[in-house]
Amino acid sequence: MGSWQIIQQSLPLFEKGFVLTLWLSFVGIIGSIIVGLICSLLKYFQVPVLGRLAAIYVEISRNTPLLVQLFFLYYAFPVFGFKLNAEMCGIVGLIFLGGSYMSEGFNGGFDGVSKTQVETGKAIGLSRLQLARYVVFPQGFTLSVPALAANIIFLIKETSIFTVIAIPELTNTALDLIGMYYRSNEYLFMLVIGYAIILIPLSIILTILEKRVRYGTFGN
Amino acid sequence: MAKEVIKVANLEKYYQKRHVLHEINFSIHEGEVVTLLGPSGSGKSTLIRCLNGLEPYQKGDVIFNGEKVVPTEKNWQQIRQKIGMVFQSYDLFPNLTVLENILLGPVKVQHQSREEAKVNAERLLAQVGLQDYENVYPRQLSGGQKQRIAIVRALALKPELMLFDEVTASLDPEMVRGVLNIISNLAQDSNMTMIVVTHEMNFAQQIADRVLFLEDGHILEQTKGDQFFKQPQTDRAKAFLESMDF
Repeated sequence: MGSWQIIQQSLPLFEKGFVLTLWLSFVGIIGSIIVGLICSLLKYFQVPVLGRLAAIYVEISRNTPLLVQLFFLYYAFPVFGFKLNAEMCGIVGLIFLGGSYMSEGFNGGFDGVSKTQVETGKAIGLSRLQLARYVVFPQGFTLSVPALAANIIFLIKETSIFTVIAIPELTNTALDLIGMYYRSNEYLFMLVIGYAIILIPLSIILTILEKRVRYGTFGN
Repeated sequence: MAKEVIKVANLEKYYQKRHVLHEINFSIHEGEVVTLLGPSGSGKSTLIRCLNGLEPYQKGDVIFNGEKVVPTEKNWQQIRQKIGMVFQSYDLFPNLTVLENILLGPVKVQHQSREEAKVNAERLLAQVGLQDYENVYPRQLSGGQKQRIAIVRALALKPELMLFDEVTASLDPEMVRGVLNIISNLAQDSNMTMIVVTHEMNFAQQIADRVLFLEDGHILEQTKGDQFFKQPQTDRAKAFLESMDF
């Protein structure tokens, strides 16, 4: 069979994997942003107990590989009586990992707001909450956009690790097909194209967004 | 005698082990303009920042309007509404327009009605010659314009005391005059009580009712303005004035 035929025949399977990768990434990224935002707010406002817990979570999450986290969710959790299907494991794992990265991204933005801005805000009598709402967060969010954008790309690529718990996303599809038909050139080629279709346009969009928030939002 | 707006009693400040302010004592009455002079690193900025709680101090008291300030963040937050402060770095909020910068304090902190606050803001903007800049963002302004807006933003809270911390130090020379004129007018026309940290000696001489001369965290002398510049009491102040070459 010629390469072209191989590619054509496997197209429907790749399409499925492609859609699944997109879907898992989407849910995982939204979840990561929510978890990350909550953690960074807990840290910013130095909420007792919860702030500490958030910090511990961030350290654990950032300092363990997603692969290990997934094994834990998939193989170890059922032992304790929590059984999740593979896709749920994938999503939970991605959010567990991404939450800490997003949290660090937001924190970086908030920290990036200059100390003098904070002092000026205090000097006009703003409370801690008002200072956050009118000064630190609006500026901090724009400062965190580049980090968040990098995290989004990173998390999409991390979904390829889902293959180890047999979620039929792009990578898993390709590896499966290679295992069955030994046509690695064609399937790997399709795998690369699959990710490129998602990631190249996305990174272009994110770059434009970064430029816009850098130069655009506040005046001009 | 005019009422005492602010009094500092036996104030001591340390940065970790470094003792940066020693036994600071002075008081300022309504309508008085005091300039803080002294070499770099003498503690002028640190002192002025202690007066509205931006810097914590380890001993002594700040007494504002006759009441000793219990230095909690919550108390300072109340007091800062009555003490306007302008910084060297102007620090307008870049995410807000000029008008929103000015209204933030009056509307959100003091709960003035927006209309009332806006009328006041427009009046103040006109006074500094920037009435057409309401809807402009800070990044579109020059340094001098930004600093004038920062002064308006502080005044919009109708403070009883104004603190100016080297407000012309980062301005182009040709912008300095305009900003200093605004401060002078404030002293003369509005009879504002203020403490001014500056390196502009001509300006200091022109507006100071009294000079506090600081070195190494000590107040070396407190002298009436004209007298300080003509006949400083300490040799150190004399040497300082000679080195300034104005």
